[in-house]
Amino acid sequence: MRVLWNTARLLPVYVFLYLPLAVLITFSFNSSKYSTAWKGFTWQWYTKLAANSQLVEAALNSLTIATLAASIASGLGVLLAVALFRYRFKGRDMMQASLFVVMMSPDIVMGVSLLLLFVAVGMSPGFWPLLTAHVTFCIPFVTATVYSRLKGFDPHLIEAAEDLGAGEFRTFRHVILPMIMPAVLAGWLLSFTLSMDDVIISFFVTGPDFEILPLRIFAMVKMGVKPDVNALSAIMVGITVCCVFVSHLLMRKRK
Amino acid sequence: MNNSKLFKRISIGGAAFWLAIFALAPNLLVLAASFLTRDEASLIAPVLSLDGYGAIFDPVFLGVLGKSIYLAAGSTLLCLLAAYPFAYTLARMKTRFRPLLLMLVMIPFWTNSLIRTYALVFILKSKGLLSTALLWLGLIDKPVSFMYTETAVFIGMTYTLLPFMILPIFSSVEKLDNRLLEAAGDLGASKYKTFRHVTLPLTMPGIIAGCMMVFLPALGMFYIPDLLGGGKNLLVGNFIKNQFLVSRNWPAGAAASVVLTMLMLLLMWGYHLSAKRLGKKTEGTAL
Repeated sequence: MRVLWNTARLLPVYVFLYLPLAVLITFSFNSSKYSTAWKGFTWQWYTKLAANSQLVEAALNSLTIATLAASIASGLGVLLAVALFRYRFKGRDMMQASLFVVMMSPDIVMGVSLLLLFVAVGMSPGFWPLLTAHVTFCIPFVTATVYSRLKGFDPHLIEAAEDLGAGEFRTFRHVILPMIMPAVLAGWLLSFTLSMDDVIISFFVTGPDFEILPLRIFAMVKMGVKPDVNALSAIMVGITVCCVFVSHLLMRKRK
Repeated sequence: MNNSKLFKRISIGGAAFWLAIFALAPNLLVLAASFLTRDEASLIAPVLSLDGYGAIFDPVFLGVLGKSIYLAAGSTLLCLLAAYPFAYTLARMKTRFRPLLLMLVMIPFWTNSLIRTYALVFILKSKGLLSTALLWLGLIDKPVSFMYTETAVFIGMTYTLLPFMILPIFSSVEKLDNRLLEAAGDLGASKYKTFRHVTLPLTMPGIIAGCMMVFLPALGMFYIPDLLGGGKNLLVGNFIKNQFLVSRNWPAGAAASVVLTMLMLLLMWGYHLSAKRLGKKTEGTAL
């Protein structure tokens, strides 16, 4: 009885969350071009997708940006988390507050403000502005993930390392880094997906020479439903599922 | 020892540097731009004026702002109503499948939100799933398209932002001490009274965090109203985007952006106060 009651409360939300995705994936195999009715199974949209060089290029650009942004943000985010965790310094509260502000800022505000920054320093929109923007909005998420893992650890381990004569850097390298590694990887994956996901900020800082996937999709969707967009979306959902599984396994080691 | 100081300096200095350049400076630039004048040739002229704010104290913008707040608040309420029973049930279930069930919530949260918005088109369009289902149930007698309506925007916002509400509430319910609920029951409180006086106040930080995490993005969203609302429901997000990229009125766009930031800071301040009152630290947000 209780199980039934619980299911009745959980199921509608899962249906709501997954039904559109399921329909989308199903229609990516539909041979009807106008995708209103089921006309039989086909792979043709996937082959068509592979032949669409504009889309493939946008996808590669997105992957490049996401990989680089996630890596740089992980590096800086870890340094920031460790600094916040270990040191008491002037402006520490300010730093924490500003991280929180960056995390909570509506995307559009961040997009506009970065656009102004890049215009002010004379950078033309494209790869570099896009990369720095992505790094910036990923950092707080890495820091939050790593910081919460650091808080869960026994501070005596660090004291022990220091008592044994390890300097700050060696303590970081041999004690802290191995401890936080799963959180770093989880933060990296989170950044990667955030970067792949971002529409609004990228919209403002990238130019016509450097197109990324979400913006390409945005343009295509605005012009109407296209079956190769379904195929592309289905692939991206698949990639996300893999990423979530991996990061979940990493975070589970925590306990 | 020198080496140690170096590490400390690099980590703090590097972080401060990055935040100053890419978080503080851009926001100051927006603030500055909002007080300057529009210029046809170079977009912005270094002449102080309040034209930007003049443009947003216009009834048109105030209408847009009101509409945005209405849509964002409505979506937040819908998310809360859908998420609370769900997160509560999930967090208090005693099953080994719980991690898996939670992960199933995370997957949409991490899926490209544009793609999820796009997926909704299949549900909302005429002859889409919703219309077909209603037809089959006999609630309507000919296919109805839900696209380009306010309902579509509400559904789209709720759909995209729901996980942001579920996760913080889940983690606050998970921390709930069972003994307190038992104590309330032992003292004769009914289920409703226990919920009202024990569960609800204790999970309030999660609710507030969730509401903020839904309300703020909903306010600045522009692609959901563009794609599902057909551009009919102009929101602050669309307004700012248009001022910057279409009508090229940067001071007005910057001023609107400043208003949005102020609204965010106000909400965060409220959140901070309520969290402090509830004896919780704001550190390490609900993610």
